[in-house]
Amino acid sequence: MPKRKDLKKIMIIGSGPIIISQACEFDYSGTQACKALREEGYKVVLVNSNPATIMTDPQFADATYIEPVTPEVVEKIIAKERPDALLPTLGGQTGLNVAVEVAKRGVLKKYKVQMIGADRKAIEKAEDRDLFKKAMQKIGLDLPRSINIKSMHEAKKAVEILGMPIVIRPSFTLGGTGGGIAFNMQEFEDLVSRGLEYSMIHEVLLEESVLGWKEFELEVMRDRKDNVVIICSIENFDPMGIHTGDSITVAPAQTLTDAEYQTMRDAAIRAIREIGVDTGGCNVQFAINPKNGRMVMIEINPRVSRSSALASKATGFPIAKIAAKLAVGYTLDEIPNDITKETPASFEPTIDYCVVKVPRFTFEKFPGADATLGTSMKSVGEAMAVGRTFKEALQKGLRSLEIKRNGLDSVIGAMEFDSPQHLREFVTKKLRQPSDARIFYIGDALRIGMSVGEIGELTAIDRWFLENIKEIVDFETALRDVAGAKGDLKSRLTPVLLEQSKKMGFSDRQLSVFFGVHEDEIKELRSHCGPKTTYKLVDTCAAEFEAYTPYYYSTYEMEDESRPDTKKKIMILGGGPNRIGQGIEFDYCCVHASFALKEAGFETIMVNCNPETVSTDYDTSDKLYFEPMTKEDVLNIVDKEKPWGVIVQLGGQTPLNLTLALKKAGVNIIGTSPESIDIAEDREKFKIMLDKLKLRQPPNGTARNFEEAKSVAGRIGYPVLVRPSYVLGGRAMEIVYDEDTLERFILEASRVSGEHPILIDKFLEDAVEVDVDMLADGETFVIGGIMEHIEEAGIHSGDSAMVLPPYSLSEEMVNKIRQSTIAMARELKVVGLMNVQYAIRDNKLYCLEVNPRASRTVPFVSKAIGVPLAKLAARVMAGAKLKDLGFTQERIPEYSSVKESVFPFNRFPGVDIMLGPEMKSTGEVMGIDDDLGRAYMKSQLAAGQNLPLSGTVFVSVRDKDKRAIVFIVKRLIDLGFDIIATQGTANALKKNGIKTGVIHKVYEERPNILDYIKDGKIHLIINTPSGRIPREDEVKIRSNAIMHGLPCITTISGAQASVNAIEVLLKKDLDVTPLQAYHKR
Amino acid sequence: MKKAILLLEDGFVLEAKSFGAEGETLGEVVFNTSMTGYQEILTDPSYKGQIVTMTYPLIGNYGTNSDDVESAKPWADGFIVKEKSKIFSSWRGSVSLEDYLAKHNIVAAEGLDTRALTRRIRSSGAMRGILSTRDFDVVSLKAKVMASPVMVGRDLVRDVTCKQAYDWPGAGGRKEFFVVAFDYGIKYNSLRLLDRAGCKVRVVPAATKAQEVLALKPDGVFLSNGPGDPAVLDYTIQEIRKLIGAVPLFGICLGHQLLGHALGGKTYKLKFGHHGGNHPVMDLETRKVEITSQNHGFCVDMESIKDKNVALTHVNLYDKTTEGLRHKQLPLFCVQYHPEAGPGPHDAGYLFGRFTEMMRKFRKGRRK
Repeated sequence: MPKRKDLKKIMIIGSGPIIISQACEFDYSGTQACKALREEGYKVVLVNSNPATIMTDPQFADATYIEPVTPEVVEKIIAKERPDALLPTLGGQTGLNVAVEVAKRGVLKKYKVQMIGADRKAIEKAEDRDLFKKAMQKIGLDLPRSINIKSMHEAKKAVEILGMPIVIRPSFTLGGTGGGIAFNMQEFEDLVSRGLEYSMIHEVLLEESVLGWKEFELEVMRDRKDNVVIICSIENFDPMGIHTGDSITVAPAQTLTDAEYQTMRDAAIRAIREIGVDTGGCNVQFAINPKNGRMVMIEINPRVSRSSALASKATGFPIAKIAAKLAVGYTLDEIPNDITKETPASFEPTIDYCVVKVPRFTFEKFPGADATLGTSMKSVGEAMAVGRTFKEALQKGLRSLEIKRNGLDSVIGAMEFDSPQHLREFVTKKLRQPSDARIFYIGDALRIGMSVGEIGELTAIDRWFLENIKEIVDFETALRDVAGAKGDLKSRLTPVLLEQSKKMGFSDRQLSVFFGVHEDEIKELRSHCGPKTTYKLVDTCAAEFEAYTPYYYSTYEMEDESRPDTKKKIMILGGGPNRIGQGIEFDYCCVHASFALKEAGFETIMVNCNPETVSTDYDTSDKLYFEPMTKEDVLNIVDKEKPWGVIVQLGGQTPLNLTLALKKAGVNIIGTSPESIDIAEDREKFKIMLDKLKLRQPPNGTARNFEEAKSVAGRIGYPVLVRPSYVLGGRAMEIVYDEDTLERFILEASRVSGEHPILIDKFLEDAVEVDVDMLADGETFVIGGIMEHIEEAGIHSGDSAMVLPPYSLSEEMVNKIRQSTIAMARELKVVGLMNVQYAIRDNKLYCLEVNPRASRTVPFVSKAIGVPLAKLAARVMAGAKLKDLGFTQERIPEYSSVKESVFPFNRFPGVDIMLGPEMKSTGEVMGIDDDLGRAYMKSQLAAGQNLPLSGTVFVSVRDKDKRAIVFIVKRLIDLGFDIIATQGTANALKKNGIKTGVIHKVYEERPNILDYIKDGKIHLIINTPSGRIPREDEVKIRSNAIMHGLPCITTISGAQASVNAIEVLLKKDLDVTPLQAYHKR
Repeated sequence: MKKAILLLEDGFVLEAKSFGAEGETLGEVVFNTSMTGYQEILTDPSYKGQIVTMTYPLIGNYGTNSDDVESAKPWADGFIVKEKSKIFSSWRGSVSLEDYLAKHNIVAAEGLDTRALTRRIRSSGAMRGILSTRDFDVVSLKAKVMASPVMVGRDLVRDVTCKQAYDWPGAGGRKEFFVVAFDYGIKYNSLRLLDRAGCKVRVVPAATKAQEVLALKPDGVFLSNGPGDPAVLDYTIQEIRKLIGAVPLFGICLGHQLLGHALGGKTYKLKFGHHGGNHPVMDLETRKVEITSQNHGFCVDMESIKDKNVALTHVNLYDKTTEGLRHKQLPLFCVQYHPEAGPGPHDAGYLFGRFTEMMRKFRKGRRK
């Protein structure tokens, strides 16, 4: 069937900010969909609050609304744009939930908007546990036995029937938020009450436990004519009980016979038909009892998902793009397979390699968080690796994580144990408890002689996977034996052994450790007598047809399929797996660079290992190498392709860390020179430069050990801000007030930073912080944007709210900032982007940090000013001049743009939400409006901080803030809010003539503040931390607020901005404006 | 680890490690793109005369079992994989792939670049090859390959067909129809699905005469899949021709090609054939696409029967080749692919229903 002609304008809902369980995979999907629909001539209206997405680039939609993804806002956009259809299946769970809510409110009916892809009925059938159960039973599919409950009373009755352990799944939430498995009544009651609160409809499903069963997923697509195909099967390495987002997963399924696979396929097809997903992709999850093969259906996601993004990258089949085309009426057989060109999309990809996805966690950012993995997702990113065997792919995947592992390394090596017995007990415990490190403990368990059978008992991981890991460990043992022998490297590591090692995925680094040599010696040996790295194609069809898309992975085989040509090539190094501090913003920059350089006639080569991203879409660059971002893997590609230039400054710290190694290998690093990057990173050199330019910086010093650190701190005086160099996201950055803390810090920092020195700065309390992004070509220097932070200095810039243009700085100060920035850029001979962070105190400008590379704020600034900075940067790096590109003047918008950060605290119950110098946010949102207050309000709404317009505000601030809070409280009272406060704060307010209610603290008598929060009597919390070590009761208050979805403000400046926002919103309702209209002004 | 060498007739040589049986084997080297179902593939008699290479690199993961067999024993003349699993993991598994192959004397090899081999076959076409664990002399191997028979003109049905007729035991239940199935290398799953569709089945040798079949008074006749070149099977083509119109006919794969010949048409050899479980086939009547199991090296030339009152019913969306046809008046239809799956998707299972429907109609017509 051809495309529908009755539709002209289609609305797509994006997934909003990056959060745990909803990351850039939805930008990848959404971007594909936008492109696909516009290609077909439809007008696209897009809403997404996340400025760091490619999809919100103005050229990807006809009207791009960077506005909060809420039903209210979507209704406003619909009223304004009057689209014919709404495509709800591309914006993750957020998009789906908002679409359903909009439909429920009658908005779609009112404005005659048709939901395409999956309608409300289908979505509800898949999402509502009860309806789902009925639907599956109707078609005879087996499910875990389950009971829906709406109260604790019902829950207790149900558990008697279902028994323990028991699974708790709240309905209508994200990524299993609030779910879990209970092994006893205490846990059961906790999880049920949390689940009831989290569920949008206050409903929880209790389910027979299938803990330890094998877990599988199928990615299914269906078209209007009811053609159904399976794109990919995925087998989870980790068994049921661990969220699939937190599991190591493998494609295709490894341990199913064809008969079992076909039974699963049939079930998935029946299910998608029964649910009624008309067109598009669906993710279907199954569990299989390993003892008897009983297969049960777990769930269906009637939309594109993290797994569908993975399946797309794993097979080369672009699920989201095809889903968009199916939604407008095409059938699968009418759409060509881009990779083979001659064959249609109505087929099932077959692959001839093994794909392993490994999740990336950041528990180190959240001390006190429960690092045990369960049914609620906790990972922040993932790496995908492709190999010809599971062993090769697994080792590649593990070294892709960038957690200082070179493959399946030992983690117990450095630990000390009293006895082998203790060691065994320790490892046993680590195996029993699923965690981010369990995969490494499996290796260690085998190393200390535990059997596959024992490990299988403890982990419930399938024997096939464990035996493969055993092969890796056995081979490692053999290598270590040989390594211990006498003789030079060449005689010990023979060509045969070297080849076997590489085929099993061992990295040069691993081998260098075994053989006690430098990594480069292994590379050297490889180049003389080792196997050559070969590249094979991801082609959807296992070589049955010719593939036209150069999408490669490395392996060690006979035939190399790479086709290096002699075009002028630029290689762009991506950022690797998402983690806190390095996420979608950097991928955005890499993608822009690729687009811009392609346009300028270069051949672009992308290297990355993150399956969620747009950068790893096969049509983003001329060539894609899906490889770990390590020195070895990157240099192998360089050797093969011999690019004219390599860009390291756009992918964040990961590629930047490779700069020196690449430079040493003779690679032409384009853009700002590695020497300049080094000046900016090296405190000593940096200080010399600032002195030369007569710029001020907080008193500071560098230290390589505790003694040196102590002396620096003594000289400049506490508090000091300490951090390791060459890290991103403020990893291990801390404000230190005394010597003891300093000592502990030095220990930690040396682990994170390795040989790099530790930086110590005088911490400027209560200073205003400013971020500047600028662009230069060596001759012309242009400010991209100056952003004033709302939170004071000391809170990581990635966690601060920022305003562009600055709202409180004098014109004189802003000019000073401009001049200083340009002076530094000139001195550093910046070619490309540069980011500077300043602090302002007592009208003095301090330069905190300079980074001659793309910063996290580049996408935000680009969208705020309407200039694609990363694109221009890439062109400049490749030799173009800003003059010729038409960007020579800073653009200062007349409207305000606010960037707000989004935090994963709701994933880590009990963890304090207090902000500090270590970055904790996973993503960001943007609010734009003519009025700063409204822009701020939008940013808060978009970030899920639902600032109330009336109700009760709980105020409790530290002594230092008691003066500042008076004015804020007065305004809140004027706006009609009731105030309650803790005794101390109430007393301070009373002195200023403000009477408030007084409430008990957490450990005082009840009802206390926690009861009020639970009972919904509080609508906003203003609570500034009392000191550097927050009191336990404060942590409880803030953590509870987050769990109940209450907006909680922890800084005075944040409170001021929020009150302003509430005030303007009370005067006039928000309205929506597309980005394109702002940029036209 | 014993060495093995694979040599193709164009001189392409790959060194590998031997597993399964040792020895030397000759055959047409083909690749199969199914990611699961190696046991069904090995036991499919259509692979007689062929050395099968699996494009999916990790094979043997779930071992072998007593259920997933398509005939009494493996028939492939050699088996090639990237990596055979050292162990197997499946609640149904009983014997490792390695032991299974050794027991059935199938020469197999692992550890070679199967993707390179596949690409070679894709560009040069299916070729004769030799897999040896004894002789590593390239010149000698080449000579042996060149002396081996080519696929075109080869009657392999003789080797795989049953010696005597037998009744398929079936799973019980009422049987509405009685079907005679010609065994050209029949797969158990065809028999299982006929049984499930309500047919009592008698399996007869390939050389059975039409007269003998008609004497059994069947409601319909099933023409099975099988190996080799259909053009040389004149002995059965003649008999099939006599059955056309006299009894409803349903052919699969070789059975389909034989019907093509019986209708007066021709077949031709495909460059490297269709072997896998993911080919899209369109049913031209419903315009719906089914994902199919495929295993054939020859194809019916529709041009050769365009004046025989025959309609094209199914077409392969990959290369637009003929996948199914029916007679416009007489009760017969056939498909090139494998609706019985085993291995592969079940999308085309409806064809067994179409067959029983045809038999029902035919029976009604006769009563009138």
